[in-house]
Amino acid sequence: MLDGGASRGEPDRLPRITPVIDRAQVLHVAKLARLRLSEEEVGRMAGELSGILEHVDRIGKLDLEGVEPTSHVVELENVLRADEPWESLPREVALASAPEPSDGAFRVPSPQADA
Amino acid sequence: MSELLELGVADTATKIASGEVSAAECFAAWREAAAGDELNAYLWSAEDGASEEPAHGPLGGVPIAVKDIFCTEGVPTTAGSRILEGYRPPYSATAVKRLDAAGARLLGKANMDEFAMGSSNENSAYGPVLNPWDRTRVPGGSSGGSAAAVAGGLAPCAIGTDTGGSIRQPAALCGIVGLKPTYGAVSRYGMIAFASSLDQCGPLTRDVADAALLLAWLEGRDPLDSTSVGIEGGIVPPHREDLRGLRFGVPAELAGDAVDAGVREVFEATLARIEQLGGELAEVTLPNAEHGISAYYVIAPAEASSNLARYDGVRYGMRSEAGGDLIEMYETTRAEGFGAEVKRRIMLGTYALSSGYYEAYYGQAQRVRTLITEDYVGAFSEVDFVVTPTAPSVAFKLGEKTQDPLAMYLGDLFTVPASLAGIPAISIPAGLAEPPGGGPRLPVGFQIAAPAFAEQRLLDAAHALERAIGFDARPGGEDG
Repeated sequence: MLDGGASRGEPDRLPRITPVIDRAQVLHVAKLARLRLSEEEVGRMAGELSGILEHVDRIGKLDLEGVEPTSHVVELENVLRADEPWESLPREVALASAPEPSDGAFRVPSPQADA
Repeated sequence: MSELLELGVADTATKIASGEVSAAECFAAWREAAAGDELNAYLWSAEDGASEEPAHGPLGGVPIAVKDIFCTEGVPTTAGSRILEGYRPPYSATAVKRLDAAGARLLGKANMDEFAMGSSNENSAYGPVLNPWDRTRVPGGSSGGSAAAVAGGLAPCAIGTDTGGSIRQPAALCGIVGLKPTYGAVSRYGMIAFASSLDQCGPLTRDVADAALLLAWLEGRDPLDSTSVGIEGGIVPPHREDLRGLRFGVPAELAGDAVDAGVREVFEATLARIEQLGGELAEVTLPNAEHGISAYYVIAPAEASSNLARYDGVRYGMRSEAGGDLIEMYETTRAEGFGAEVKRRIMLGTYALSSGYYEAYYGQAQRVRTLITEDYVGAFSEVDFVVTPTAPSVAFKLGEKTQDPLAMYLGDLFTVPASLAGIPAISIPAGLAEPPGGGPRLPVGFQIAAPAFAEQRLLDAAHALERAIGFDARPGGEDG
């Protein structure tokens, strides 16, 4: 069951089969994830993610053609209920935890602050 | 009064029901114990005594520690994250409501790895939890606060969540019982989501009977969670005293695994104990389990990256003061609110789901998940249970693995496969072993996995084995 951590930490001299994630990719993914990373975090993230992805990539090499993917382990059928009104949170309760509630709504900065 | 703190769930409820002790007295005793928390096990604990209303229900008056990932109405709920600092949910999780309806009382909110991402509790934004057996070591994670509270005498019982081992591994490292039920046995409503296809709520207790008692009230279909189906026939107190007629499968792959010598010794002694009780051992093979870690560390971060998109400084939690436009506000709020491990997993998951990589990572991981599930189906056609150590080592030192995320992930090798297959698994304390570097002996967990929804059989067998093992060591005991 254990893969022994053979690739752990050691720089491997074989040509890499998958691209190790680089600075530019880290910045691209951070943008997709809406995460602002510091310079130091970008560098560290590139190294750490590369190490993890190299390990994970073992499954990338398996021939799994014809194997059905599992997205969920429980056999699910549509669970339907009658389309009836259901009690929901009062507006003021739903807004109570918001950083900036305003006029019964969630206030956010303008999408274009400088405009 | 202090003998109250020695009692498990069932005995406490009985004492209260018989009038020998009042629920208020009992709660006060535990509140005092919780207030003396030196392990950082609690992020919040009840300030005043329980109400004077008479105890009711089968758990009448029993105090409980609840992992801080469960929403508790009006009570701070942070999931161990800065981004939810000060958040008081407007509703309670179904699991919490069910225990409340059975008469249990909220004693405290237990510390945890941020958003349940971690195996050591060192990823909490509110500081690590210390292992009650050795305060220089981790309690395991992510339900480390729940496990340390029960093991350290700060709560009679607790609930936690398990996505890849987060109940079983801390239970093992703290010398208590931890059960991950079948996916779908317990409602996930109001449980802050990490990886929705894996997350499951379960009990952390001193013994198997207590775990059964809590599960009996936790399980059930919930209209608010369409994936919850409950356990048919429910759960009754475990009663088995032998293991005659039961077959226990030991994975052949285990032989080559890097398991610490002390852990292996306890594991083998436990196998011998199974045979003494009339159980039969058989070799089984789980050829794809070795890919469990790889599949898990794609699937869980991928689901997490989507689930954690909701923390954007708009509806709840903190918002960065840095200013700027809407997108900048999202980015700076998330940068300030999330810790290093959560950022790492969001990045990993976002990458795995991004255009061009989806099939290679996520699609492939989902196929491995199918193979692992099929491995178990094959094994369970020959045996009743599959047994392994819960973790490859005893509790490690604080800081030992924080610089090497992959090394930390690899420690989950025995717990992750059952999570991917959605099957129930329990960890029971099986003995003590000396850590590799020497020092006081520490608890070792024995994991038993069963087919989906076979919790009753699992609890019965675990109960019989637990009695035979007779684990009665306590933190600070003859070894500490």
